[in-house]
Amino acid sequence: MDTRPDSQQQHRWAAIHNVLSRPGPFTDPDWEPGAMPIKELEEKILVIGAGGLGCEILKNLALSGFKNIHVIDMDTIDISNLNRQFLFRQSDIGKPKAEVAAAFVEKRVKGVKITPYVGKIQDKDEDYYMQFKIVVCGLDSIEARRWINSTLIAMVDMEDPESLKPLVDGGTEGFKGQARVILPTLTSCIECQLDMHAPRPAVPLCTIATIPRQPQHCIEWAHQIAWQEKRKDDTFDSDDMEHISWVYNAAVERAQQFHIHGVTFQMTQGVVKNIIPAIASTNAVIAAATTSEVLKIVTGCNPYLENYMMYAGEEGVYTYTFEAEKKPDCPVCGNLARKMDVDPNITLGEFIESLGEKAEAQLKKPSMRTEEKTLYQRFPPQLEEHTRPNLQLKLHELLEDGQEIAVTDPAYTIDFRYRLNFK
Amino acid sequence: MASSFLGAHAGPTSKERKYDRQLRLWAATGQQALEDARVLLVNSDGALGSSGVGVTGVAGVEALKNLVLPGVGGFTIVDPETVTEADLGEVSLGKSRADETCRLLRELNPDVQGYSYSKPISSLLKDDDFLPRYNLVVISGPTKRSTLDPLIQKCQGLDIPVLYTHSVGFTASFSLQLPKEFPIVETHPDPESTQDLRLLNPWPELAAAAKALGDISILDDHQHGHIPYIFILLHFLEHWKQTHGGNPPANYKEKTEFRALVRSGARTDNAEGGEENFDEAAAAVVKTISPFSLRSSIREIFEMEQCQRLTARSADFWVIAAAIHAFYTRHDLLPLPGSLPDMKAQSADYVALQNLYKDKARKDVEEVTATVRQLEAQLGRTRPILDREVEVFCKNAAHIKVVRGREIPQLNWPVDKGTLKALRSSLDMPDSTASFFVAHQILDAVVNDIQESWQGGHAQSIDDDALWASHEQRVLETLVRDEETPLSEEAVAGIKNAIQEVRRAQGGELHNISSLVGGLVAQEALKVLTRQYVPLDNTCVYDGAKGGARCCVCDGH
Repeated sequence: MDTRPDSQQQHRWAAIHNVLSRPGPFTDPDWEPGAMPIKELEEKILVIGAGGLGCEILKNLALSGFKNIHVIDMDTIDISNLNRQFLFRQSDIGKPKAEVAAAFVEKRVKGVKITPYVGKIQDKDEDYYMQFKIVVCGLDSIEARRWINSTLIAMVDMEDPESLKPLVDGGTEGFKGQARVILPTLTSCIECQLDMHAPRPAVPLCTIATIPRQPQHCIEWAHQIAWQEKRKDDTFDSDDMEHISWVYNAAVERAQQFHIHGVTFQMTQGVVKNIIPAIASTNAVIAAATTSEVLKIVTGCNPYLENYMMYAGEEGVYTYTFEAEKKPDCPVCGNLARKMDVDPNITLGEFIESLGEKAEAQLKKPSMRTEEKTLYQRFPPQLEEHTRPNLQLKLHELLEDGQEIAVTDPAYTIDFRYRLNFK
Repeated sequence: MASSFLGAHAGPTSKERKYDRQLRLWAATGQQALEDARVLLVNSDGALGSSGVGVTGVAGVEALKNLVLPGVGGFTIVDPETVTEADLGEVSLGKSRADETCRLLRELNPDVQGYSYSKPISSLLKDDDFLPRYNLVVISGPTKRSTLDPLIQKCQGLDIPVLYTHSVGFTASFSLQLPKEFPIVETHPDPESTQDLRLLNPWPELAAAAKALGDISILDDHQHGHIPYIFILLHFLEHWKQTHGGNPPANYKEKTEFRALVRSGARTDNAEGGEENFDEAAAAVVKTISPFSLRSSIREIFEMEQCQRLTARSADFWVIAAAIHAFYTRHDLLPLPGSLPDMKAQSADYVALQNLYKDKARKDVEEVTATVRQLEAQLGRTRPILDREVEVFCKNAAHIKVVRGREIPQLNWPVDKGTLKALRSSLDMPDSTASFFVAHQILDAVVNDIQESWQGGHAQSIDDDALWASHEQRVLETLVRDEETPLSEEAVAGIKNAIQEVRRAQGGELHNISSLVGGLVAQEALKVLTRQYVPLDNTCVYDGAKGGARCCVCDGH
């Protein structure tokens, strides 16, 4: 607890108290300015991710006067984080991000309590998430965003307004980024917007295996095929320098064989780790945009973002704000099955493979069934064995045009419903 | 291939590892430029009012943070203030703000040099050698005119870029003043837009390679399904020309017909029921079957005085631009960039085709380099331009840019006509954020009066209604002076609301907003210092109050 006299406190937080204690021209007319000390700033806030965005978000919340912050991150600090994750130093390499970040901000900003959790968001249950007023995400994984999104939506109890936890999400890539505000069940959710964040199309396996043309194809070959052949007993670890070097050398050899130029160590790391460029400045912009929304939502001092802001900085400064729409066929917050066009002549196996890449699905290990029968089930092994022959059958041999299927994936707790239209 | 000699554990240096995520954006050349750069932050010019109000400076320090982390060569903070409670200092109360912020920033990156001066910038400017040490100056507003005007004028005289920032309550704005001409070679256009494949004017080797394919109907299914789409398009172009008086498809209708012709060449009786390479060819028709035309922005660069009249002291950019102009005059083309998109093909066929493009690009570079050397000799230049520089220029020739730097916009009469026009049209647009720019200008004027009168021993408050009203009146008059139409009611209401929102914070900074504008300012600084990507031209206004974020750029053209 900060025990200094009120006048000093007042001076320290003068700017924030000014905007919280008097309305502005854009403030909701029903808003009641807060009295000192502002009780909303005592609310519990959850920050997911203590990386590029997370470090900024923690600092921003603490310096906005929030007193009670929790942070979750499963990662440890790597040297490549130091160009932007400013709460970490060379001597912190190898330590858990959540703990180092929490300790640093607590040391620098008097009076804030930051509770770290080193682990996965999936380790925690609804009771845990229920304690927070709001959740802010600074993640690089679409999968984690989808998980927390569906979890927060499932928690909403229409009888209990406190069960609705606003989700503020930020994301960056190089000079680009986005910030969005989601009110679970009320506004467009992460799943509704999934096709706006399509995965990069994968290189076909036959290109990698037989007709490489680009240095990246040679790296994929070394990573996916050569490793499997030569070192199948070692689990590939993209953080192990020896492993990366092995893949790099194998890729160089293959490139020479096909007279392909341009395989570098940096490119090898980029391909196998799927590295996304990241800089401090973009993280600062997006993290501040999200924490500004947190401040506005929690205190009501100004209207919040409705509901999506795109940002691009390669050419000048560009932002575009729009209201993403809630989709009635969203598998998470809607109640209709989502339409999906499919070729009836592909096999179930090919269809399952394609779900990983389809922008509107992005499911890597799906199992599926119709109302009447199981099409393919990965677990338990007996059922897998029993349904495996279906993988060879064409879709039109298994399904009717327009039939609905339910898809599950171990990464998510919910069923995804799709209506398959033959084309 | 030197890389093949690396041992099993050969990897990047620790510096390359630390900066890996940004090197993927601006590469080693951009990093070197950044490490060679020195940035000056002028972070305060005295208190905003008699009491109870902090001094600005968060946005400036946040911007520096975002430059120190990626490894800018060095920075200097000029700030005469001492640390107060409002600065949230840890053990720093009462110490020099310049020294404390410098110490904490240096902690972020041991590779960066940091210096601090606890005195006003005006005293440092007495030394003529002070400013020329810097490659960029960031000034935190509001700054009184007697400090600001000479500083930005001096920077202009020395061709030093300036960023002038404001962060007040939920709003922020900043402007970038670049030298009169600011050329950029590596603009990083969308990779989709960079393809120049020369399909309508193939050079002899490419035409010969396409012709050597002969009658594609006799190829077996495997070969037919692996013809690179470049050759498919060249093949069908020849067919088309035979029935169209020797002309390629000229308009959208003809291109659609041509695309159908290409599609009709695909085999559908094979196992896959179609051919991917023909799909790629059909998809590329609209984009690649277009005659070369020089973009007007490049033509303007060729026509600029600096390109037309080279001197021994012309910047390298202009010498290479002139050589490329000569290339264009000879060939009606720009040098071939030489990159080839990926496409369905056998490895060897693709590599052979890629080599055709690379060889041609190399020859074009050689031709341009020869002209460059000739120009250097004619001009009597002693330091030769690096070959690599010519090569990078040739590769990017279709996308180079010259930004014509404009002054930091100010609403003090006489106002620059372009600024006024841009501002007026911006103010009339719905959802415009320009009103916040106007409010920040009024804040500047209010603080200017407070600080000037303070020095005269007469303290005024930042909450002085009469002071705000008088400047509001003056600025509203300035906006319509020499104009025939008055401001719309909406525009006036917008300005009044913006002033009210700015006054709500009593000139104070909210951390989120300062952090955001610090990010934007650092981004522009990075683009200016690396000379890559395209910087802001020249003002950005951020509105964090109304439902989120909108940026408006006051473009003076």
